[in-house]
Amino acid sequence: MKIPEVIFKQRLKFREQFYNFMATVTGLTIFTIEFFKQAFILPLEASEIKKHMDELGVKTFPIVTITGFIIGFVLALQTQPILARFGATDFLPAMVAISVVRELGPVITALIFAGRVSSGIGAELGSMRVTEQIDAMDVSGVNPFKYLVVTRIIATTMILPLLTVYVIFLAMVGCFIAIAIAEPMSVQYFIDSVIESIAFEDFIPGVSKTFIFGYIVGLVGCYKGYTTVGGTEGVGKSSTTSVVIASMLILIVDAILVKISVLIW
Amino acid sequence: MVENLVEIFNLTKRFDDKVILDDISINVEKGENLIVFGRSGSGKSVLLKCIIGLITPDKGEISIMGKNVHNLKIKKLNNLRKNISFLFQSAALYDSMTVRENLEFPLIRNFNISHNVINEKIIKTLELVGLEDAIYKMPSELSGGMRKRIGLARSIITDPKLILYDEPTTGLDPITSKEISELILNLQKQLNMTSIVVTHDLICAEIIADRVIFLRDGKIAYQGALEELKTIQDPFLQNFFSNKLLNE
Ligand SMILES: Nc1ncnc2c1ncn2[C@@H]1O[C@H](COP(=O)(O)OP(=O)(O)O)[C@@H](O)[C@H]1O
Ligand SMILES: [Mg+2]
Repeated sequence: MKIPEVIFKQRLKFREQFYNFMATVTGLTIFTIEFFKQAFILPLEASEIKKHMDELGVKTFPIVTITGFIIGFVLALQTQPILARFGATDFLPAMVAISVVRELGPVITALIFAGRVSSGIGAELGSMRVTEQIDAMDVSGVNPFKYLVVTRIIATTMILPLLTVYVIFLAMVGCFIAIAIAEPMSVQYFIDSVIESIAFEDFIPGVSKTFIFGYIVGLVGCYKGYTTVGGTEGVGKSSTTSVVIASMLILIVDAILVKISVLIW
Repeated sequence: MVENLVEIFNLTKRFDDKVILDDISINVEKGENLIVFGRSGSGKSVLLKCIIGLITPDKGEISIMGKNVHNLKIKKLNNLRKNISFLFQSAALYDSMTVRENLEFPLIRNFNISHNVINEKIIKTLELVGLEDAIYKMPSELSGGMRKRIGLARSIITDPKLILYDEPTTGLDPITSKEISELILNLQKQLNMTSIVVTHDLICAEIIADRVIFLRDGKIAYQGALEELKTIQDPFLQNFFSNKLLNE
């Protein structure tokens, strides 16, 4: 039997991809261990962390503002006819609130954050790597991992939950406007039914997982950027692959966390 | 007895079976300016990066001020590195920082000195390299020659005992190149700094060299004083010197 050559070629590619995948998993693990080892060593570089948080906030503010509003707005529009069929439109605020708080708010914010931020970090650290700026820092007696990587991961971990809360708030505003356009509803009734519907058990898992998502975005961007090889072309690759990997990881981790939180609560 | 600041024993480095440095031993005395010649790709940068500990050698030992670079724990290594500077071939200025912040960076982090002293040092060092006006510029606003000079300023601002220069004059016009070479010489004379200068610029070597080493095929092909080497009847050396002298 003659096996078409293309199959061998594909197999080779597959093997390469598998190695790549394993290398990434190993690398992310090493970076995680190193992060926790170094995060608590002095100096804490607090001013550097604050600088990164400011930058991240400014950078992502416009896009999450639009997204947050639209999530709530569209969700309300889409859900309304369905609830109307059962004569349950009164439940609309509660339904949108629960979906947004538990799942859509955290995950969509994290994915947008990954797209905007991990690519940026990947490119930034990547170009520092290929132009030897990281080496320069190293030989000047400053620990570049601490200064560049640890500070960025802390910043992304702390800022994403804040952005998520903001997105959830805006989504509720969007939801109210969508409802109010169709039929009059008092703000008071809306707020009451939202607050009544969301329990502590919804809010805590929803927002606390965003710490992990924020960590993933920082970690992947830093890992890809810090280990960039292959000149300017490598910088581009680091930037794009960090978005892909960070987004995939976010979705996988989300699935796992949802399963766990369903078991617990 | 003269003290050796840098001692390299039997250094070997391979990349994927390609031997870049093959069993090299070099001693550099305190206060000496050593020039390392070699063609592009002959492993000059790799040699410097092995010395500073950025690249781990496959074999051999490197000690600086009596400390074995590749056996030190990170903290001790960083302490040792405070006494050493490295001028990268590309200058490697921090893109996101102004010239001032670039110069401040090693000082603030590693040395316990007051704000005023830092200010004075920055101004003094920038004057030394002739770029006082560039203090608030970003690296992207500087020309290639200016970047090299700021890189040099950043290397010397910490008053290191040893400086490793990776092609400090390559790509510069002859006048700037000469100025930088003279600056390196002055640093040695005034502050008794030791330097290892990797280059293929003969003019630079003529100004600063106490001793010259030729790297070829991973080995030290020749070494000695520049004037001595010029008199040796060897096709490789003759060719090197005559070609370069024509460009002068
Ligand atoms: N990190 C590396 N990985 C693989 N090969 C390298 C690496 N660094 C340098 N080399 C190779 O080592 C050789 C010497 O490089 P280098 O020291 O930069 O030369 P130069 O004398 O021009 O400074 C080159 O052939 C280069 O391809
Ligand atoms: Mg080189």
